[in-house]
Amino acid sequence: MAAASNVSETAAPDRVVVRDLHKWFGEIHAVAGVSLTVRSGEVMVIVGPSGSGKSTVLRCMNHLEVPTSGEVYIDGVHLEARTTDINRVRAEVGMVFQQFNLFPHLSVLDNIAVAQRLVRKRHREDAEERARSLLERVGIPEQAKKKPAQLSGGQQQRVAIARALAMTPKVMLFDEATSALDPEMIKEVLDVMRDLAHTGMTMVVVTHEMAFAKQVGSHVVFMDEGMVVEEGAADQVFDDPQHERTRAFLAKIL
Amino acid sequence: MTIPGAPEIDRPELERAGIEVPGLSRRLVDAPWWFFALVGILIFLGYLVFFDPKYAGAKDAVVQGIPVTIRSTILAFALALVLGLFTGLGRLSRNVVVRNLATLYVEFVRGVPILVLIFVVALWIVPEVSDALGAANRISQEWRAIIALTIIYGAYIAEVFRAGVESVPVGQMEAARSLGMKHRTAMRVIVLPQAVRNVLPALGNDFIAMLKDSSLLSVLGVREITQMGRLYANSSFQFRETFLAMTFLYLFFTLILSLVVQWYGRRLQRV
Repeated sequence: MAAASNVSETAAPDRVVVRDLHKWFGEIHAVAGVSLTVRSGEVMVIVGPSGSGKSTVLRCMNHLEVPTSGEVYIDGVHLEARTTDINRVRAEVGMVFQQFNLFPHLSVLDNIAVAQRLVRKRHREDAEERARSLLERVGIPEQAKKKPAQLSGGQQQRVAIARALAMTPKVMLFDEATSALDPEMIKEVLDVMRDLAHTGMTMVVVTHEMAFAKQVGSHVVFMDEGMVVEEGAADQVFDDPQHERTRAFLAKIL
Repeated sequence: MTIPGAPEIDRPELERAGIEVPGLSRRLVDAPWWFFALVGILIFLGYLVFFDPKYAGAKDAVVQGIPVTIRSTILAFALALVLGLFTGLGRLSRNVVVRNLATLYVEFVRGVPILVLIFVVALWIVPEVSDALGAANRISQEWRAIIALTIIYGAYIAEVFRAGVESVPVGQMEAARSLGMKHRTAMRVIVLPQAVRNVLPALGNDFIAMLKDSSLLSVLGVREITQMGRLYANSSFQFRETFLAMTFLYLFFTLILSLVVQWYGRRLQRV
C-alpha cells in the first residue's frame, strides 16, 4: 500500500503520514484518533499538556510504541505491515530522547559510531571520521574520548543528536529533548536543533519550549486528551488560536 | 591506635575545612572486628594444620583433594555461566515456549536440595542420557559431578543474568532499536555488556558458593577435599584433625575470593 505516494499540491513529498492513530494503555485512551502529515523539509512541533499523548504519537512514528489501531507511514512504508522490516525504517528515522539514553559503557565516539558500523555496515575508519565531524558540528569535538557520564547534560544531549544524525536519517524525532536539562543548558541544545532545521532536515519535535516552537516550527500541532485540537502555521496557532483549549493552554504556559 | 585499612587522616586539616571527622570511639565501634577475628582464626588454624606434627597426616590427605576441588569448580562454573546466560535470556524471551521452558528448569532446580539434585543428575540423568547416546558408563565420576554442578548452578546463574538485564534501563534498548539495530544485536552490544558489569559481584559470590558446594560431590566418591578428608578420618580416626584441616582450606579459599569480589565491587561503585 503506497498510500503516501499520492502527488499532493506541493512539490515536497510526504515523509511521515499518521492516519487515525489510536493507542490504549490498559483502560487509558492515550491517543484517540490522530491524523498528521509531515512533508519533507518541514519542522512539525507538537505541543500540549503532559499526558496529552504527544510523546506516544511520536514514539509510534518509529514503532517504539505499537498503535492499537491506525497506520503510520514513513516515506510510504507502512510501519505496522507484517512485511515491513522495521529495522530498515528505523535506520532512516533518528530519535532523540528526553533522558539522552547514551550508551554509558561506550566512549562518546563509539556511541556515534556503533550503529553506523553494525547497521549501516560502514568501516570503522569511515564511521569514526563521520562521528568526529558530527561532534564538530554539535560543538564538542574535544569530548570524543570521554565516557558519557563525564559530560554535562547539554553535552550529552548534543552527542545523542550526533548519534542519530550519524545514520543520515530522513526524519528526526525529538521527544522533549530539553525537558531533563538544567536551564543554562537548554539553549545549547536548542541551537543545535535550530541549525539542523535550517539545513532542511525534516523534524517532528515534541517540546514545551514555546519560543523555539514559534521560531523554528513550520507547522504547529496542539494536542489535548489524545486528540489534535488545533494545527496550522506557527504564527497562526500561537498568535490567533481558534480553540478555547488552545487559548487556555497558551495562556498558562506563555 | 590506628585501625588497619583505615586511611591516614590529617585531623586538624579536615576540621579547619569544616569536615566532620568521626571520633576514635566511633571508628572503634564501626571497625569490622568480626573480620579481624576471622583472620585470627584462620591464622591459628593454619598454624595448627601446617606446623603441629599431630596434624601432618590429615593435612597431607586433605591437600591432595585441592586439584580436584579447584578443577571441578572452575569447569562447572564456566559451563554454568554459558547455561545460565542462555537460560536467563530465555526467561526474558518473547517466545512463549522458550520462556516457559527456561522458567520450568529454573523453578525445578530451585525447588530441590542440591544434594538430592547431585544424586539425580550424576546417578540417574547422566547414565540414562549417556546410555541412550551409546556411551554407557564412559563418563567419569568427576565429569558426572561437574555436569551436576553445572545444571544446578546454571539455574541460579540464570536468575543473576536475568536480574542483570532487567537492571539496565529500558531506554538503552529503545535507543539501540531506534538506530535500527536488531533486538539480538542491541542485546549483545548494548544491554549485555552493561548487565554483566552490574552482576559481576553476584557472579563472584556464586563462584564462592559453588566452591563450598563442591564438598557435596564427596557423596559421589570424587576425590576432592572433603572426600579425601573423609577417607583419611575413617581410616585414621583423627576426626578432629581432619575436620579442622578441611575447615582451614575452605575458609582460606573463600576468604581470599570474597576479598577479591569486595574489592571489585568497590571499584565498580567508584567508576
